Amino acid sequence: MNDLSAILTPEYVSVILLPALIAGIAVSLCSSLLGVSLVLKRCSMIGDGLSHVGYGTLCIAIAMGWAPMKVTVPVVIAAAYILLRLSESSRLGGDTAIALFSTSALALGIFASSKANLTTDVSHYMFGSILAMTRSDVIFSVILSVCVLLVYLLFYDKIFAVTFDENFARATGLNVRFYNLLIAVLTAVTVVLGMMMMGALLISSLMIFPAVTAMRLCKRFRAVVLTAVAVSVSCFLLGLLFSLWFDTAVGASVILVNLAFFLLSSLVSCIFRRKGDRSAK
Amino acid sequence: MAYITCRDITLRYESLVVQEHLSFSVEKGDYLCIVGENGSGKSTLMKCLLGLKTVDAGTLTLGDGLKRNEIGYLPQQSQIQRSFPASVREVVLSGCLNGGFFHPFYTKADKARAAEQMECLNITALADRCYRELSGGQQQRVLLARALCATKKLLLLDEPLTGLDPLVATELYAILRHIHEEHGITIIMVTHDVECAVRHAKSILHIGKQESFFGSCAEYENSAVGKRFLGENITPEHCSNCERHPHKHAHAHGKEAAE
Repeated sequence: MNDLSAILTPEYVSVILLPALIAGIAVSLCSSLLGVSLVLKRCSMIGDGLSHVGYGTLCIAIAMGWAPMKVTVPVVIAAAYILLRLSESSRLGGDTAIALFSTSALALGIFASSKANLTTDVSHYMFGSILAMTRSDVIFSVILSVCVLLVYLLFYDKIFAVTFDENFARATGLNVRFYNLLIAVLTAVTVVLGMMMMGALLISSLMIFPAVTAMRLCKRFRAVVLTAVAVSVSCFLLGLLFSLWFDTAVGASVILVNLAFFLLSSLVSCIFRRKGDRSAK
Repeated sequence: MAYITCRDITLRYESLVVQEHLSFSVEKGDYLCIVGENGSGKSTLMKCLLGLKTVDAGTLTLGDGLKRNEIGYLPQQSQIQRSFPASVREVVLSGCLNGGFFHPFYTKADKARAAEQMECLNITALADRCYRELSGGQQQRVLLARALCATKKLLLLDEPLTGLDPLVATELYAILRHIHEEHGITIIMVTHDVECAVRHAKSILHIGKQESFFGSCAEYENSAVGKRFLGENITPEHCSNCERHPHKHAHAHGKEAAE
């Protein structure tokens, strides 16, 4: 166990911890919002697929010496569009198509990075390194997160309608394809941002866990969304604290705290349901 | 001019042509039931009426001032909805999104409209309840309120009675009659239940693999296809909500007994 007061010198806090905190909270917010829609639409696989594509692209970008973030964001957005199309109309079936497409992208990336002997640099992005983010990375992720948040808020009612009942929304004249694409694009941006912090392996669970935890506890869509946000941010803060204290990987710590919250919420909802059944009798 | 006019349309399910040379029209104030055996193209026709699909041949035109986004729709329930965390109010409000130009949030008028429809369908007391915890009949009323938020003119219902017990089904028919007569809403309903269709609707569209029929209920009951279909479909389950044809039931049972 580390002595926190020894680590948290004013210099460490202002140079490393504060930027990480800001970026982490912003990305936690975005991922939990989108996670609710993905889980309810039964397409949490898209988040996972995009993280594979993102990781592959990052590897290629680094091998080529391009700026990793600025290349990866547009490529993953394009991939989101393709994945959506694949899952809509495919002879293979949505899941299979996504798996084929995303693992191929991943393999291509790893192939390129192994050719350029970059395996050590690139593994950063496999597990994330929030405390090693540069200032410009932090600024870039905060700006993008704010964009994602604003767009989500602006289209909140439509996103609800499209998530709840696509056919009805389409029948009453809502442009469902556009809103599905919007959700996919926002997911793509969030996945890339999350990959910097949590790593490609863990980002999809950062989206799914808070949503599932919130769904155990709440009965209204708005309450689910707000609870997911609260759970996500508090899990991030707790996980970060934990990792400083015990000197563990940040991404993994955050996910484990998320798992603990999920198990706790399952227990709570189980108890309440049993109580409800008893009072109903 | 009629709300919907279909002239000589062809319906295709994937690559299979299921229906050819189909013509019918739906006037303002009509109550049309679409019946027919499975695989005859009922749901495909529904999708065409909603504009989710285009017809393969022939013409489908909207008229009498009806616009595409003024059609209310009660879909069959999906698996996703049965476990969806949403309150009744949130579901009903989502019917108000077809306003035309872009509003980021629901307006006061939208909220008033949703409240009015919930009052009309007697679900105001359920407004803050969770949709997935309601009974089948209550869920149907919530979806009906949502559909009514989307339209003042025409309502399309896709097998609204599936999975409802007879008592709740009767109640739903009464509600439909009320909104048809009191609110002047035109109704098109796809259903399996021919007996009830003949009893409640004004006109019938029967689409079959060999023969199709379009006309009033009385004409349908006297037509060859109608007689055959009504005869075939009489089972004891239907008796509980359709008391109108006791002689036919007796006849059917008699035949069974004779065999």
